Amino acid sequence: MADETTPAVENVSVTIDGMTLAVPKGTRLLDACAQAGVDVPHYCYHPGLSAPAQCRMCLVEVEKSPKLVPACVGTVADGMVVNTESEAALKAREGVLEFYLVNHPLDCPVCDQSGECKLQDYVAAEGPAMGRTKEPKRVLGRDDFGGDVLFYADRCVMCTRCVRFMREVAQDERLTVVQRGHRAVIDTFFDEGLTGNLWADNIVDICPVGALVSKDFLHKARAWDLDRTPSICPNCTQGCNVRLETRDNQVMRIKPRPNPEVNSHWMCDFGRLNYGWINREDRVEAPLVRDAGGRHVPMSWSDALLRLADALRGHAGGAAAVVSPFAANEDIGALRRVMEAVGGGGGVFRCEQGEEVVLPGHPTLALRTDRAANVAGAELFGFDRAGGADGKGGLEAAAAHTGVLFVLGDELADAPADFGANASLFVYVGQHLSPAARNAHYVLPSTTFAEMEGTFTNVQRRVQRFWPALRAPGMARPAWQILGVLLAGIGDAGAPGTAADAFAGLAAVRPEFGMLSWGDLGAHGAALPEAVGQAGD
Amino acid sequence: MAYPYRHDSEVRLLSEQFGNPRARTLEGWLELGGYQALKKALGMDRAAVVNVVKESGLRGRGGAGFPTGMKWSFMPKKEPGKPHFLICNADESEPGTFKDRELMRWTPHALIEGCLVGAYAIHAEHAYIYIRGEFFEAAQIMARAIEEAYAAGYIGKNIFGSGIDLDLTLHIGAGAYICGEETGLLNSLEGRRGEPRVKPPYPAIAGAFRYPTAVNNVESLIAAAQVVQNGAEWYRQWGTEKSVGTKLFCVSGHVKRPGNYEVPLGFNFKEFIYDICGGTPSGKAIKAVIPGGSSVPILTADELDIGMDYESMAAAGTMLGCGSVIVMDEGTNVVRQVRRMVDFYAHESCGQCTPCREGTAWSAKILRRIELGRGTPDDLETLLDISDKMTGKTICVLSDAAAAPIVSSIQKFRGDYLALMEAGDFALAGAR
Repeated sequence: MADETTPAVENVSVTIDGMTLAVPKGTRLLDACAQAGVDVPHYCYHPGLSAPAQCRMCLVEVEKSPKLVPACVGTVADGMVVNTESEAALKAREGVLEFYLVNHPLDCPVCDQSGECKLQDYVAAEGPAMGRTKEPKRVLGRDDFGGDVLFYADRCVMCTRCVRFMREVAQDERLTVVQRGHRAVIDTFFDEGLTGNLWADNIVDICPVGALVSKDFLHKARAWDLDRTPSICPNCTQGCNVRLETRDNQVMRIKPRPNPEVNSHWMCDFGRLNYGWINREDRVEAPLVRDAGGRHVPMSWSDALLRLADALRGHAGGAAAVVSPFAANEDIGALRRVMEAVGGGGGVFRCEQGEEVVLPGHPTLALRTDRAANVAGAELFGFDRAGGADGKGGLEAAAAHTGVLFVLGDELADAPADFGANASLFVYVGQHLSPAARNAHYVLPSTTFAEMEGTFTNVQRRVQRFWPALRAPGMARPAWQILGVLLAGIGDAGAPGTAADAFAGLAAVRPEFGMLSWGDLGAHGAALPEAVGQAGD
Repeated sequence: MAYPYRHDSEVRLLSEQFGNPRARTLEGWLELGGYQALKKALGMDRAAVVNVVKESGLRGRGGAGFPTGMKWSFMPKKEPGKPHFLICNADESEPGTFKDRELMRWTPHALIEGCLVGAYAIHAEHAYIYIRGEFFEAAQIMARAIEEAYAAGYIGKNIFGSGIDLDLTLHIGAGAYICGEETGLLNSLEGRRGEPRVKPPYPAIAGAFRYPTAVNNVESLIAAAQVVQNGAEWYRQWGTEKSVGTKLFCVSGHVKRPGNYEVPLGFNFKEFIYDICGGTPSGKAIKAVIPGGSSVPILTADELDIGMDYESMAAAGTMLGCGSVIVMDEGTNVVRQVRRMVDFYAHESCGQCTPCREGTAWSAKILRRIELGRGTPDDLETLLDISDKMTGKTICVLSDAAAAPIVSSIQKFRGDYLALMEAGDFALAGAR
């Protein structure tokens, strides 16, 4: 009896605010409350960190317990009756909120956190209507913590999430609490502060108030003016789940979106701050077709694609291609199908590389060597790596190609001025009209990942969706749509109407995509199964 | 070299050697019959040592009064490779308390013996004495005594040829009141910030370095060694049924003869103050008495006819605490005294829990304003409300300790507060 193996997790019955439910034994009270639909206010507890039970916001009344119990460390027991709205619990929370306001500057009008601040939220919901402090407030001021982080000491609620993140997750103890009592304050050890730590901006995310703010985002936008779109960080092959936060058709900041399979609650500063290229305004806005005189003439999509289909139809001499690893699976797959329709051919992608930096407290998360989201996708669809670690070079074969040449998404910024001169037909599908792109017979404006729906395949072969966060400029369209219509024009396939159609079309190139449905992907993606009988790929 | 004040009503089990410098040396201590308790304990079964302390009814002398033997019996069964630790809490820093300091200054070997007996009882091979950072002299005396005892083989390998190894380390604190809270002490001992830990787990399960640990006060350990030597029945001859034995009381404030006095628990408090301590030096009437250290509720002069034991003090609405008696005569401004105490707690709050961090400092500011004559009667309601929100809401009881004197002083000395409010800016004239 004593040595039974792995006992099944036993369920216990708890009653929370009158609702009785069964939860596994040992469940954190806070989680049990969440399951009952009760959001217990808290500051110091964060699901990705240890629970010090020090903010005292989550105190709830548990019947037969002499004192209120912190829901972040308390666990359920069978028959437990929990009351989060009892007079004692409400009074305790109101008390804690009033204590926070004793020294808080109440500078919400100039605070970046305003609108997404837990102190604002909880005080508005349950705090005292009027303050009773007649005493002058303690004033500590502002400190530059290094990196992208500014510290407004007076707004701090001393939850120590930032200290614990640096200790437990970044495992680089650069923050600590100095002094004690009401003089306690968060501080860095030396002048360098957080500078040089790649993960420091996560403390801005987990700060429940406006004490830690991003220098990059400082006074740039109000939280309530931002639109938030689920997306995937494009800046390395990890594929961190993120939200693109936009205003006036510009990305204002990138925030991590929790996904336990990929990035937990975190993301790196490189990915987070490297969004300027998404906002570039020097974009191609209309299809351009080279006329007999060699000039580019803007044209409607139907005219441009009809002409191009005519030029390609019957062509069987094969093609060469350069694709961008920032392009979606659907884009790259559609190009592969178009290439097969004109006789097949080889292609390359170029990707900037850097040192891999692992997050010590969550070692499956790293800033990966390849600094583009869809390297795995490009490889799956048969494109080979070319060029150097700076993402340049490697265009020799494409430049020498004499048949049809496709470029998808690659800006060709470093290409020679006569790039594409040897090709009988040069089709450029992309965003920017670089000198080399100007040589194309057809310039077809495509969207960035931020302006379209699609998927990336990350380093773990996980296929993850992103959603359109920005309006595309002018007539720009997703490349999968452009190439899908083209394919319909030169062959007998139907053009994809939606990203889901385009995704379904991928199975024609890589059968393993057929094992995943659009619905399987959801908000957090799904692992791409290994193809059966596709050895050697 | 007599110790300043003594009285015939005392029963000096712990304090007999106060004032005798010879007792500090190993040689002198052995002449006085030292280390016999350790010798006896090492010849006994460990469980028997715990039992005799349990049967004696000895309660912890650090303030909470938790039975010492019971605390030891909560230690889990010893498993190989999993060390146990005994920690002596010598971080005596409650305002008004100075008994452990005197025990260590005059009878350092008694404490060493107590630590070793306790360590043996709970299967610990290593004991630590965590001594308050400001106790320079006591720390020097303890360090010298530990060195002597190591050299003579009373600490170390194979003590008395019993095959038992016990080590003892003196650890000097850095001067924080909160490190007297047992889990704050453990964090400090481990080199972390001195912040109390969330309980459970209790130290008996996960204490020093996350191993099973018992934390005992200086006076408790010395008394426990005497109990082991003389038996439970011997100890039960003093005190009351539930508060057994003798206890050191530290008396300060407005008394003719301040100092340490050891009396049986249950001794009449009024007799203690007026007879043993000689009443007030000014001849003025007594206004208020804090019976157990600054964190317990205040008593008025009318409430003193009670026994000095855990139960009687609780019945009077206060606590025996660590036996630090602070007497204030009629000339005392109670508001100022309470403000000074609350300032102390605000200074010493570790700052983890919001109600304590903010509540102590806010209360201190309000009290300061009242003291300066700029208070209004609604401030008293605010203070009482803050105190309520500080009580029972935090990881440790520092917050409760700060609230207790505020609440009891407003209840019992509201007149002092109102007088300051009426006097306005001239409030402080003539007050002390």
